[in-house]
Amino acid sequence: MTSPSQQNLPASIDETLALLKRGQYVADRSLATVLFLALKMGRPILLEGEAGVGKTEIAKVLAATLGRSLIRLQCYEGLDVSAAVYEWNYAAQMIAIRLAEAEGAVDREQLSAGIFSERYLVKRPLLQALEPDMRGPPVLLIDELDRTDEAFEAFLLEVLSDFQVTVPELGTIRAPAAPIVIVTSNRTREIHDALKRRCLYHWVDYPDAARELAILKAKAPGAPEKLTKEIVAFVQRLRKSDLFKVPGVAETIDWATALTELDAVGLDPQGVTDTLGVLLKYQDDIQKMQGGEAKAILDEVRAGR
Amino acid sequence: MPHALPENIAHFARALRVAGLPVGPGTVLDAIAAVEAAGIGSRDDFYWTLHSVFVTKHEHSVIFRTAFEIFWKRRHLMEKLLSILMPVAHAPERKPDPVSLRLQEAFFRDVESVPVERPEIEVDARFTVSDVEVLGTKDFAQMTAAEIAEANRRVAALVLPDDAVPTRRLAPDPRGHRIDIRRTLRRSIGEGGGIIDLARRGRKDKHPPLVVLCDISGSMSQYTRVMLHFIHALMEKRARVHAFTFGTRLTNITRMLKAKDPDEALAACTAAVQDWSGGTRIAPSLHAFNKLWSRRVLTGGAVVLLVTDGLERDGSGDLAREADRLHRSCRRLVWLNPLLRYDGFEAKASGIRTLLPHVDEFRTIHNIAAVADLVTALDARRADRSHDPRLWLKAA
Repeated sequence: MTSPSQQNLPASIDETLALLKRGQYVADRSLATVLFLALKMGRPILLEGEAGVGKTEIAKVLAATLGRSLIRLQCYEGLDVSAAVYEWNYAAQMIAIRLAEAEGAVDREQLSAGIFSERYLVKRPLLQALEPDMRGPPVLLIDELDRTDEAFEAFLLEVLSDFQVTVPELGTIRAPAAPIVIVTSNRTREIHDALKRRCLYHWVDYPDAARELAILKAKAPGAPEKLTKEIVAFVQRLRKSDLFKVPGVAETIDWATALTELDAVGLDPQGVTDTLGVLLKYQDDIQKMQGGEAKAILDEVRAGR
Repeated sequence: MPHALPENIAHFARALRVAGLPVGPGTVLDAIAAVEAAGIGSRDDFYWTLHSVFVTKHEHSVIFRTAFEIFWKRRHLMEKLLSILMPVAHAPERKPDPVSLRLQEAFFRDVESVPVERPEIEVDARFTVSDVEVLGTKDFAQMTAAEIAEANRRVAALVLPDDAVPTRRLAPDPRGHRIDIRRTLRRSIGEGGGIIDLARRGRKDKHPPLVVLCDISGSMSQYTRVMLHFIHALMEKRARVHAFTFGTRLTNITRMLKAKDPDEALAACTAAVQDWSGGTRIAPSLHAFNKLWSRRVLTGGAVVLLVTDGLERDGSGDLAREADRLHRSCRRLVWLNPLLRYDGFEAKASGIRTLLPHVDEFRTIHNIAAVADLVTALDARRADRSHDPRLWLKAA
């Protein structure tokens, strides 16, 4: 017997790996283990890692492959309850008050109960995620949690541990089945331990050469074989040099697409210098690479082959 | 599940806790549940299962890996470790393999270790410039109660430059710029819906995050104690304060200074920092900060307080570049220079001339005897043209 919320969930770590692969996401076993556990235990998962290593993508792929709806809450500074959870539909409420007034007999208790009912509630992502869904509990993506402030993080504690939200006028709204919650952070500040404790934690690292090659093959299938290999070797080597921000997987994919569009069949010094802006996003880094270092790395990559 | 496994997981958790991972009893239950859910397949799966529950910070991964390998790999060693953790302490028969110091402490904390005699290094490097790395230890005089009370009082009244930053959050405010419809409606229901009295909301201000980079090299050594006490008092009063020390290497002392008692906090710093009263390498230290920490602690428009005498031998482009990078990543860069003991000070030293163009404010202080002096020097209400770094550059 499986409850509706357990429907079509992977039954083992291997199945989780296969599931992600179906969604064109090349994961390593450690990530698959954590994901499997999160699904099985119904716990939120906290993914930390540098920008562009594919944290957000996991949620998208999971929603697509499991056939669930994806509800995304993008965090930003000043994010508050009215943007994240719910807001009252004030215009409609005001009309209701005027109507009640026009009808004459106004019972305050009744009016108050009528005004603050679900009819006038505007649901934002967190509340939407707690609603019953025909396709099974949705995937709730809370993206870049480190961008918001500690106050909002504290608010999330109730949502993430009990999957419920309290609206003062209505009472507590509880999810019939726990949504799949994925929280991501770029670690621009430390997330509080209380929140971390409620989640399963995983650090998403840059992929190794073999996995990056597999990712490129899946995500930039149009790129020639030789070019793909050279790109991966170059980027892998680049991550070892002393840069302010080393390129993530997203940048590698962009670079492969860019070079393919330029009809390159392999890396050459001129082509690399011209397209460095796709890979590196800091002027200091670009300057450093243009000063001969890119060529040195390129030679190294060629020699290694 | 085998009967011994939950027990072993609990023991493992205990070792992790002593090694400094935040592992509570709830986490142990989670770990057991996770292992039950995943089933014990390969050793790798078991590793990642426990990892997902016990590790909540990337830095902890290394400690976890080492601990895991010691604990779950060698049965005989594990039994030995367990017997050591029992109340009756046996001395280990065999010298354990070299593992990280923290884990050694975690596993062998009940065992008397042979004290290692360390040669004491005493170097008086005041008034000199050096980039030689001298590792030294330091003992601070204990605080008096009056000193602590005075410091807390002064720091509470301190207004730093750029001290109130508007947030995007709103709070009820009778003269606010936005109408608070929710409160307005609730009030009007109370009135029976007849009168609509507008309630307003306005922006909330708060202190920006503060990052203190404190030079602890030989030439600064006489100020270090007061500086650290000052930072400790700041942390008590404000949220979001991060502190780093640098001489020849950069050390994050935020966690050490979180101890409530100033003496305890300073003792923890003493233990954590290895380059007390040695040489100065400002450029590499700033580079380390920019690369490893700036993106983690400078979010939300942080004010950076750089405390150094600027005596760096190496006046090359590195220092200028790193100072520039730091300047660009923070809201305001305030340089507090305690070298100015003499009235006739001029910004002539090459390090000082290199740093000056990249700071927003150049605060000078003649003598740091107590926290009060620091508070006076940093007070933003003391409007004074002498804080403009350009004036100092021109005068020199």
